[in-house]
Amino acid sequence: MKRVLGWLLLLPLLALCVLLFMSYLAEREEPVVGGPAQDATVQAARGRYLALAGDCAACHTARGGATYAGGREIQTPFGSVYSSNLTPDSNTGLGAWSSDDFWRALHHGKSKDGRLLYPAFPYPNYTKVTRADADALFAYLKTLAPVAQANREAGLRFPYNQRLLLAGWRALYFRPGVFQPEAAQSAQWNRGAYLVQGLGHCNACHTSRDPLGGSETKADLAGGMIPVLNWYAPALTSGPESGLAKWDATQLARLLKTGVSDQGAVYGPMAETVYKSLQYLSDEDMGAMAGYLKSLPPARASAAAPPPSGESLARVMESGGRLYAKYCADCHGANGAGAPPAYPPLAGNHSLTMESAVNPIRMVLNGGFPPGTGGNPRPYGMPPFRLVLSGDETAAVVTYVRNSWGNSAGVVSPVEVSRYAAVPLE
Amino acid sequence: MAERVAACVACHGEQGRATTEGYYPRIAGKPAGYLFNQLVNFREGRRQNTTMTYLVSNLPDSYLREIADYFSAQNPPYAPPQRLLAAPAALERGRVLATAGDASKKLPACAACHGSALTGMAPAVPGLLGLPRDYLNAQFGAWSNRVRSAAAPDCMAQITSRLSAEDLGAITAYLSAQTVPPHAAPAAPTADRAKLPLDCGSIPRGAP
Repeated sequence: MKRVLGWLLLLPLLALCVLLFMSYLAEREEPVVGGPAQDATVQAARGRYLALAGDCAACHTARGGATYAGGREIQTPFGSVYSSNLTPDSNTGLGAWSSDDFWRALHHGKSKDGRLLYPAFPYPNYTKVTRADADALFAYLKTLAPVAQANREAGLRFPYNQRLLLAGWRALYFRPGVFQPEAAQSAQWNRGAYLVQGLGHCNACHTSRDPLGGSETKADLAGGMIPVLNWYAPALTSGPESGLAKWDATQLARLLKTGVSDQGAVYGPMAETVYKSLQYLSDEDMGAMAGYLKSLPPARASAAAPPPSGESLARVMESGGRLYAKYCADCHGANGAGAPPAYPPLAGNHSLTMESAVNPIRMVLNGGFPPGTGGNPRPYGMPPFRLVLSGDETAAVVTYVRNSWGNSAGVVSPVEVSRYAAVPLE
Repeated sequence: MAERVAACVACHGEQGRATTEGYYPRIAGKPAGYLFNQLVNFREGRRQNTTMTYLVSNLPDSYLREIADYFSAQNPPYAPPQRLLAAPAALERGRVLATAGDASKKLPACAACHGSALTGMAPAVPGLLGLPRDYLNAQFGAWSNRVRSAAAPDCMAQITSRLSAEDLGAITAYLSAQTVPPHAAPAAPTADRAKLPLDCGSIPRGAP
C-alpha cells in the first residue's frame, strides 16, 4: 500500500517533467543565422508580395488608420488584443529592430525584449516561413514611412492577462520549425502547402479551436466556427462538408483570387481576406494553393444528417418556396442555378448545406458584396433582407434553399435566426 | 448598374429616393462627391453605421465613385414633407438659422454652404431638404458625440459644437418641414473653398 502511495505521489512530478520537456521543445532557439545577402530593391519588392500573402496589413491597420501602424482591435474569447505598429518608427514601431529580432518574433513568437507574444499573432503558422522570406518581409517593412503610434496594451481578462501562462500554452500548442518540403510531392504542391500552412495562416479560421484557443491539429482545416465573429469557416479538406472535392481547381483559384466563380462567391470574413490579400497573389501561387487544398484528404467523415421530413417540413418548405419565388428567384433563378459570376448558384452550393446554418442565415439577414477585386472590380451586392423578412420567414427561406434542387441539410428554426440576428456585424 | 446596387435600395428606396420608414436618408440626386466621401467615411470608420460599414468594407474607391455617380444622377420625385408637431416659434428660429445664421453665436446660415435653396452645392456639400428629422437629429448627435467625422478641418463638427439643443431642434424641425422645390438640384460649385464661412476638408481645394 505504501509503495502504491509512493508511486502516486510521483505522478505529479512526472507530469511536471513532461510539461517542462514540452516547454523546452516550444522555447528552444537555434543559434541565429542570418539569411543570404540579397539585392535590397528586389528583396523589398518580394517582401511586399509576401506581406500581402500573409494579409499582414489586415490586422496591423486600424479602420481608417495608417497602413501597418497597428491598433486594430482583435476580439478573442479571452478579451481583446491590439495589433502592433510595424512601421519603422524608432519609438513605437520596428525602427530599432534588427532582422534577427524580426525573425525571432515570426519564428519563435517572442518580442524584441523577449516577451512571449499572444498567439492572436499567428506565429504557430509564421514559424514555417523561411529565413530568406522573413528577411524580405522585414526589408519591405523598413521601406514604409515611419508612423508614430504607440502600441496599445492588451485588454485580456484574468487569468489570460498573465503572460507567464503563455509558456504553458506554447508548451501545448507551439513548436518552432520552418516548413519542410515533402520530397514525394511536386514543387507546386510544396509551394501551395508552404503558403497555406505558413503566411496564409488559413487554419487560423478554418480549423476549430479548443477551449484554450489552440487549433485542433487532428482536425486541421476541417472547418470551424470563428470565435467572436460567428461566421462558420468551411472545411477546406475534401470531406462532405466543404465539397472541395467537387470544386474544379481552376474555379477554386478564381474564387480565391477574384472573390467570385461559377461555383460560388466569397462573403463574410473571407471577402476581406480576398480583398486585402489573396487578390494580389500570382496565378502560379493561387493555383498552387488551390491544388494543395484539393489534395487534402477528408479530415473526418461526419455522419450525414438524415434528410428532414414530415408534415411540418412540408409546410415550411411551402412557405419558404413562396418567399424564394418572390424575393430570391429573380437573381438566383427558380432552379437555384444563379447567374454566376454576378449571382452565385445555390443548387449544389455547399455554403448553404453545412451542418451549421449560420452563414446562409446571416447572408439573408445582412446581404453583402463580394470583394471588389482586380478580377471583379464591380461586384453585384445582395440586399439585406432583415427589414423585409420576419424571423419565421427567414428560417423558412433558408430551410428551403438548404433542401431544394438536390441540396439536403437540417431545418432552420426561428430561434437560430434570432440568435444570429443579434450578432454584431463587426 | 441598378442591379449591382440592389443592396443599397433595400434601405434607401428605389433609385435612392428613401422609404417611408422614416430614418434612412434619400441619396438620390445628392452631389456625387458628397456621396463618395460618405461611402469612404463609412469604410474608414469616420461614420458609424454597422450595416453601411459592412457593405462597403471590401469595395475599392473606383467602385464607390461609380456607385456615388449612379445615385447622384437619379432624380426620382420627393415624398411630401413629414408632418411634425413643432411650435411656430421653433420653426421661425429654424428658418432664421437656416437662411441667415446667428452672428452672435458664430453660426453661419446653412444656406451659405448648402446652397441658397438648401439643395446642396456641387461637388461635395449635401442638400438638406427631403430628409427625415430623425436622420438629421442623429447626424448632429453623432457629431457632438464625435462618432461622425469628416476630413479635417471638420466644419460641421465645429458648427455642431456651437449649437444649443434648442437651436439644433429648431433647425431640424424647419428643414424636415420644407417642401422640396421642383427640379431641386445642387447649386454650382463655389469658385473658392476659402470664401466659405468655414474651411471644410471635404470640399476639394481651389477652383472646382
